[in-house]
Amino acid sequence: MTRLRRVRLTTVGIAVATAALLALWPLLPAWAAHTVAVSLGGGLVVLGLLILIRFGLVSFGQGLFFAIGGYAAALANQFLGITDMLVLSVAGIAAAGAVAWALGYIVRGHRGIFFAMLNLAFSMILFGILAKTVVLGSTDGFSVGVPTLLGFAPDPEAGRLTFMLFGYIVVFTAVVAWWVDRILASPIGYAGQGVRENELRLRYLGVSARGAVHIAYIAAAKLAALGGVFTVLLIGHVTPEDTAYWTKSGEFVFVAILGGSGNVAAPFIAQTVFELVRTFALQYAPDAWQMLLGITLLLVILFLPGGLWSLADRLRGRDA
Amino acid sequence: MPEVLLETRGLGKRFGAVVAAEDVNVSVTAGEIVGVIGANGAGKTTFCNMVTGYLTPDLGQILFRGKDITGCSVGQATEAGIHRSFQIPQLFPGLTVYENLLLAVGVFGHRRPPWWQPLVRPEVENEATAIMERYRIAESATTRVDRLPQGVRKLLDIAMAMVGQPAMILLDEPTSGISTKEKFDVMGNVIDALRKSGATVLFVEHDMEVVGRYADRVIAFREGRVLADGTPDVVLEDPAVIEHVVGRRPGRAPDA
Repeated sequence: MTRLRRVRLTTVGIAVATAALLALWPLLPAWAAHTVAVSLGGGLVVLGLLILIRFGLVSFGQGLFFAIGGYAAALANQFLGITDMLVLSVAGIAAAGAVAWALGYIVRGHRGIFFAMLNLAFSMILFGILAKTVVLGSTDGFSVGVPTLLGFAPDPEAGRLTFMLFGYIVVFTAVVAWWVDRILASPIGYAGQGVRENELRLRYLGVSARGAVHIAYIAAAKLAALGGVFTVLLIGHVTPEDTAYWTKSGEFVFVAILGGSGNVAAPFIAQTVFELVRTFALQYAPDAWQMLLGITLLLVILFLPGGLWSLADRLRGRDA
Repeated sequence: MPEVLLETRGLGKRFGAVVAAEDVNVSVTAGEIVGVIGANGAGKTTFCNMVTGYLTPDLGQILFRGKDITGCSVGQATEAGIHRSFQIPQLFPGLTVYENLLLAVGVFGHRRPPWWQPLVRPEVENEATAIMERYRIAESATTRVDRLPQGVRKLLDIAMAMVGQPAMILLDEPTSGISTKEKFDVMGNVIDALRKSGATVLFVEHDMEVVGRYADRVIAFREGRVLADGTPDVVLEDPAVIEHVVGRRPGRAPDA
C-alpha cells in the first residue's frame, strides 16, 4: 500500500518539477538553465546506476555507455547530417542498447567488485580506441551542430541552449524518470531486490538472476547513453576524456552515493548539487575544488549514509 | 489408482571418489508424505538437489508425472511443479516477512502481474497475507528476516516454496536448528498447511520422532544407496536402518 502511494507521489512530484522548470525558463539566467540541463543529462546516467544499485551492483564504467551515446549522436550528426534531436537520442540509445546486450553476456555472471571492474575495463578499452582514432579527432574529439526538433530549427542567434533543447531535455527526462520509477515497482524491479538479497531463493522462485541482471544492465546503459546524447547536444562537442575516461565514470558513482538510491529524483538532485558545488568551488577555490568535493562526499557518507534523499525521508519522520 | 508423481531410475552421482548416489530407484505417489532419512553424507541432500535440477545426475533418469526431467534447470524443475525448502532457510534477509512474500507472490505466484505493471496490488497483497496466516507467521509480518527466530525462518522458507502451489515439495531438514520444544509446533503447522494444499511432500529429517509421527512412508539412504523403503514402523525397526541410520532405538532423538 505504502509502495503504491509512493509511486503516485513520485509521479506527482515529477509532473510538478517538470512544469516548474518549464515555467521558470524565462527567469533562469543562462548559466542556471545550462546547469539544470547538464544535470539532467548526468542525472540520467546516475539513474541507471541507481537501478544497478537496487540490484546490489555498482559499475565503475558507465562512462562507456555515456560515451557511446554521445559519440553515436555526434557521429550521426557529423557524418550522416542528422540534426533532429529525437533521432539523435534514439541513435544513442540504440547503439548503447546493442553494445550492452552483447557485453551483458559477459558481465551478468559477475557480481561485486568483478562486475564493477569489468565495466571499468570495457570503458578504458573504448577510451583507448577513441583517443587513437584520427577520424574522430583523437583526444580533441569533434564538434556537433545545433540540433533541430521535428523540422523546427531554433533561432540561429539564440545560442546553443534554446527553450526547444531545454524543454526537450526536461520533458524527455521526466518521462524516463517516471517510467523507471514504475518499472522499479514492478516484478522485474522486485526481482532486483531478490538478486541483491539472495539469488538462490530467486532462482527457486523461477526467476533467472542472470537474465534480470542482463535486463538491468541494458536499461542502465540506455539511460547513460541518453545522458550522453543530452550532454553532447548541450556542450556542442564530444571528446574521449569528457565521456569515456575513468574519472568520468567515477564521478557518476560519486553522485550516485551523494544522492542515495531511495527515489528516482535523487540522482537529478544530487547531480545538480554536484554541478553547483563544482562550479562554485572552481570559481572561488580553483586549486581546491577536488578537496571540497571530497569533503562533501565524506560528510554525506558519515552523516547521511542513505544519501541526500534520506533527508526527505527524515523530514517525513520515516526511517531511511 | 493414484498417480505416480515422481520416479527415479538408477540415479547415480559422484563427486570425485565420493559416491553421493548410486542406483537410486524411488517412486512417490501423489498425496504421499515421505520421510527421507540417513546419516550425514548418505546422499539425502544430493537426491534433493538432483530432483530440483540444482545438480545433474551422472546416470539414470528422473521422471515427474511421467515426463523425463533429467538434467533440467532449477527454473524448469520449478516450472514443472517441484519446489523445495532449505536446511538453511534461503530468504531475502534485508526485507520483512511480508515483503519476502510480496516479492515471491509478485514474481512467481499465480496472481503475479505482468512484469512492467506495479507489483503491489490488492490480489498480491491478499495472497501474501493469506499465506502468512496459513503458516501462522502473520505476527512477524513487519519484522526483518535477519532478526527472526529460526523457527519462523523455517516456516517462511517453506511458505515461500509453496507460493507457486507446487505439486510436490521437498523439505530439507525442516526442523534442524529448532529447539525440541518448538519443532513439533513448526512441523505440525507445516504438515497441516501442506495437507490442505494437497501437495506431495518429501522431507529429509534427522529426528526419528518427527519422521515417525508425520511420514506415511520412509526411505532410508546409506552411502548413496536406498537402504530401506516402506512404512515408518517397518523401516524404523529394520535392524540395518537402526544400525546405520538411527544409531539407537527410535523414540529418542539422536544428537544433531
